[in-house]
Order: sequence, then structure tokens, then C-alpha cells
Amino acid sequence: MIIAKRKPFEEIKEMLTPYNKVLTLGCGTCVAVCLAGGEKEVAVLNAELDMARKLDNNPIELGAFTVERQCDMEYLEVLDSMVGEYEALLSMACGAGVQFLAERYPEKPVFPAVDTTFIGVNRAVGWYEERCRSCSSCVLGMTGGICPVTMCAKGLFNGPCGGTNKGSCEIDKDQPCAWYLIYERLSLQGRLDSIKNISPAVEWQNQAPRTVIQPGYKKPDEAEAGN
Amino acid sequence: MRLEYPSNIRIIRVPCTGKVDVMHLLRAIQKGADGVYVVGCLEGTCHYNEGNTRARERVEYVRMLLEEIGMEGDRVRMYNLSSGEGPTFAAYAREMTEHIKKLGPNPLKTAEQNSGKKGGGKREAQAA
Repeated sequence: MIIAKRKPFEEIKEMLTPYNKVLTLGCGTCVAVCLAGGEKEVAVLNAELDMARKLDNNPIELGAFTVERQCDMEYLEVLDSMVGEYEALLSMACGAGVQFLAERYPEKPVFPAVDTTFIGVNRAVGWYEERCRSCSSCVLGMTGGICPVTMCAKGLFNGPCGGTNKGSCEIDKDQPCAWYLIYERLSLQGRLDSIKNISPAVEWQNQAPRTVIQPGYKKPDEAEAGN
Repeated sequence: MRLEYPSNIRIIRVPCTGKVDVMHLLRAIQKGADGVYVVGCLEGTCHYNEGNTRARERVEYVRMLLEEIGMEGDRVRMYNLSSGEGPTFAAYAREMTEHIKKLGPNPLKTAEQNSGKKGGGKREAQAA
């Protein structure tokens, strides 16, 4: 899932300074699971903002609502009747959600309350680790299920480099060498031959915004045209 | 035991301090309480294993949140005792009252009074 961290309170407060009526919007999916921007985090942030603005003698009126997913227009529809009465929107969703919200309500200033951080896993409650850089060229099948793009400091598709040092990475002795881990995992599975495969360099399609259309689906305009 | 403790404390009972949420503590301060303290079982003796240790983490978090908005984090505290320690409960109540008196009233009340609204609120305690 997408992992996010709440922005420092001062930064959020600063963004909202010119506004006196703001709707704080949580997202019920990834950011709710990683405890950054769900219904509860909306309540805590609103309580903080309410108190801070009272202390500044500049009270703010705050609304709160958490949609199922801010990255889905279908779930934003419920906000149509609400946003009109607010001067600005404060989104606790990931960057994708914030942008979809801003696209749906272009006349409203939309501010992010979290910093979207990475695609990761839930190691324990409140503890998340990065696992994927969404490079669009997954090699996990060849690397024993360990991502070299994410776990190797150089993001090497073919490793290790000369900096590997008894299982550690040259950047830090506490940082494991991803390619050492890959070697160990493949060795365990009796698939060491796999490490010899040369993977072509990542094309880094993410330099430009990507689009995915799953098999059996079309862009709405193409579907309407009967293509 | 008929122990006396300050009468300005309002006790909110919860089945275990693990039930106390960040928002319960924050809301008390937001509504004008001068201070809030959570009284849990002794650490290591929680019937649910980690209810009181979780409560302590939440108390620490709320203290940080209050500091973040410019209020004294020490308006929120956690105390631990066993259910058989009535005199300790009364002693903690007195200690917290004295401590809050030194800190003075909740600044939100002053801010509200300055903006012409009525303030109000009591010190609140949560006991388990």
C-alpha cells in the first residue's frame, strides 16, 4: 500500500492561515491503514488546528469527512454538495488523491496534509517499510522476491556492485546489501543460476506520468466511440 | 477508607486504560479542561497485557501534540497504581491538582474569553 507521513503541524497551519472555513478530507484506504490520513487522523488534526487557531485569536471553522478512496471519482461525488460552503480543502490522502480532488474542484484551493512517502509493507502496527519503487519492470521472479531497485542503494538491476561488504552495503554497515540477500534467497531455493541473468536497464518510464489500461478495458472516450 | 482528594476532579471510568484514545484526551483539553491525567494499573500487571503501556504511549503522543500547538504538554500525565492503593490515588490527585494550579488555567479559555465567548471546564481524570 501507499505509505504517507503527516506533514509537520506548523506547515499545515501556515498553509491554512488565510482561510477561516476549511473541510478536512480523509481517505479510507492506504493512508487510513498506515495511520496517516484516515477518519481518526482527521479528527486529531482538526482538534489541533481548532485549538491552535483559537490560541492565535484567529478561530477557524473545520469540517471533517472521510471518503472511501480519494483516487476514485466515484467516491468523490459525495463531496459535491459539501465543498461549496468551504473556502479551501485540506486533503489527508496520498498525492494521487490530492490531485484528483483538485481536479474535481478546480475552483477550490486544495492543500496536502501528508507527505506521500513510499509503497510499502506493514511490518507491525505503525511500522512500515519500503518495498517497491513502481519501476514498471518487475524482476522479482529472478531475484528471489527481493527488489533490487528498492533495496539496493544504487537500484542496480544487475548486482552486486564492488561496494558489497560481508552482507552490508557500502553506504552503511546497518544497511544490508540487497544483492547479498538475493544471493542467499536464491541459494536457499537452489536457483542460483537465476542471478546470472542479465536484466536490461530499467527504462524509468516514470519520468513521464504513466497510464495503465487493463486487458478488456478501454479509455472511456474510445469505448464510447466503439473502437 | 473515606480518603479526601480535590473535588475539582471529574472521574471518567473506563474498563482499562487501553480504552483511552488520543481523541478522548485531546477533546478534554479542547473543551476547556485545565489538565487530564490517566490512572492505569502498574506496568507489567495489565490484565490485557499491554493496555496501560498503550495508554502511556497515547499520553506521550498527546503531550507532543499539545507542545506542537503551543500548549504545555505537561497538562496531560499518566500515573500508575494498583487497585488496592487508595491513598496513592488520593496523593496523585493532589499532586496533579497542585501541578495544574502552577500551570494556570487552560489558555484556550483565556483565548475564548478574549474573543467574547464563554469558557469553562474542569480538570478531568480517567481511572481504570
